[in-house]
Amino acid sequence: MEKMLEVKNLNFSFHTYGGIVKAVRGVTFDVNEGEVIGIVGESGCGKSVTAQCLIRLNPEPPGFFDEGSIKYKGKEISKMSDKEMRKIRGVEIGFIFQDPMTSLNPTMKVGKQIEEIFIQRKLYNKKELKDKALEILKMVGISDGERRYNQYPHELSGGMKQRVMIAIALVGNPGIIIADEPTTSLDVTIEAQILDLLKDLQKKLKTSIVLITHDLGVIAKMCDRVLVMYGGKIVERGMVDDIFYNTKHPYTSGLLCSIASLETEKDEELQPIEGTPPDLFSPPPGCPFAARCEYAMEVCYKIMPPEYEITEEHQTMCWLQHENSLDIKLPCKKVIKGEVF
Amino acid sequence: MRKYILKRLVISLATVWVLTTIVFILVRLMPGDPFSSDKMTPEIKANIERYYGFDKPIIVQYFTYLNNILHGDFGYSMKYVNQSVNKIIGDSFPYSFDLGMRALSLSISFGIVLGIIAALNRGRKLDYVCVVIAIIGTSVPDFIIGGLLQFFFGIKWGLFPVAQYHGIKYTVLPSIALGFYTLAMVSRLMRASMLEVVQQDYIKTAKSKGISKFRITYKHQIRNAIMPVVTVLGPTVASVLTGTFVIESIFAIPGMGKYYVQSVQNLDYSLILGMTIFYGAFLVLANMIVDILYGVIDPRIRVAGK
Repeated sequence: MEKMLEVKNLNFSFHTYGGIVKAVRGVTFDVNEGEVIGIVGESGCGKSVTAQCLIRLNPEPPGFFDEGSIKYKGKEISKMSDKEMRKIRGVEIGFIFQDPMTSLNPTMKVGKQIEEIFIQRKLYNKKELKDKALEILKMVGISDGERRYNQYPHELSGGMKQRVMIAIALVGNPGIIIADEPTTSLDVTIEAQILDLLKDLQKKLKTSIVLITHDLGVIAKMCDRVLVMYGGKIVERGMVDDIFYNTKHPYTSGLLCSIASLETEKDEELQPIEGTPPDLFSPPPGCPFAARCEYAMEVCYKIMPPEYEITEEHQTMCWLQHENSLDIKLPCKKVIKGEVF
Repeated sequence: MRKYILKRLVISLATVWVLTTIVFILVRLMPGDPFSSDKMTPEIKANIERYYGFDKPIIVQYFTYLNNILHGDFGYSMKYVNQSVNKIIGDSFPYSFDLGMRALSLSISFGIVLGIIAALNRGRKLDYVCVVIAIIGTSVPDFIIGGLLQFFFGIKWGLFPVAQYHGIKYTVLPSIALGFYTLAMVSRLMRASMLEVVQQDYIKTAKSKGISKFRITYKHQIRNAIMPVVTVLGPTVASVLTGTFVIESIFAIPGMGKYYVQSVQNLDYSLILGMTIFYGAFLVLANMIVDILYGVIDPRIRVAGK
């Protein structure tokens, strides 16, 4: 399998009035061709910033690259000019946003918004453009495309709008789609439909997907590999099965234990992760999760844990893996893969 | 859309009718009457009052007046002998209208452009220049700006005529003086609106499509940012048109302002009524056009109006 995207030691920060916020700290991962990779974590863990770095959508300034590299098919993205970046956006890497209600221009017809990707590239004439838009509308499951083409976003339902967003991301036939919490603002039935659609299209078009979410159910349903982010770092990575059945990081375990499932008894209490995420103005020198971790040892507060390899695909950043530490069995979820919690 | 316009039209007519009624009553409540003077004998006064129909009960006068204005007849002025109100308006309104429209188009177009420039150069020198212009415009009253323009451009440098209204060269200074406040206000509004829209998610979507900055600005940002400006357009038309009174007198322009002010001082009932109703109808129409325009720019409002 060919590597589409290689992210190495990515550090991205923001200048603010209060100082520098280190939003992403040394994130490394690859995306292979035709693979769905999930990034999961709570609000403020840096997953959206990471996603937006991939096509440089973070405002720069105040955002800036500290160090590290992002290579798309061997081309260095973090150093590209705006003009070079425009050739990547839309046709090489597509982006699906979180909130379809606000992510479509309210004063522009849906069809025009889909076509827009091509308009400045002058690849097609007007007729071809429209055919292209109608074709993609059909593909994302919008019947009656001719009518929808001429409608404005406020005339569509939320699910329909997200389909249009997917159409916009797909119409340029990109190699990678980055979906930043694509179903967070939709209700559960529509969420399932949209996820099915994404999965189908991904198989059909052989696109890679980077799926950002805070919902482990979505991960279980969609992804091949998972990155668990916390405090701007990847704390655990592995195949979906590794993460769910062989959890090796207390944070991942905490996430899994805080989900209610169909089997949860009526009077059974959910286990929340106590505390709040670390202050990224001055991140702690040790493990970012130490302050909230029930297994935390002295070393956790002082020294950043290295990445321990469990298997070739499964790594975690936790001192519990050190040979001198106690052998603790972390609770993990007994779920059937594909179940949406 | 047609139903919407029809509805607006009916409401507009009702508004003008209410205005007519209130002004009709108010002018008659003012102390004194149009014909009182030292030399007037009671016989002559009675004669004149009969001529104008003042001897009849007020309710009859009211309906006669309504009937007349429905036929487009505002009656005769009570001070300008043998001049109909229609003629006075017909003679003077074109000047006021011309001046007002020039000032409006100048201030709105330049205001929008200035606002866009300021927003795109936020925090840079060009932005501060625009802000300073806006502050001057909103804080210095138009008659002072008018005087300054006359002094520098008219007298000191002799670039434009100081006063009167005989051709395009004459229109420049009064239009600027009249429109400056609106220009400043529109530019502030546009700047704020542009900066708000640029934060919106759909701008990020547009960016993710790989289209140029220029296209993002003019296709996505400006069209959405212009809405607040359109909203204030209606009241702006009102303020510019009433602003002409002052500017007309500074620049000695034979517009409606002079007649309007004098009609109130003279208690010239028919002229006060005629001009107020005319102005009122004009403003109501302007507001209606603005509301329809609103729907043209923003499709969401179009549907709400159906």
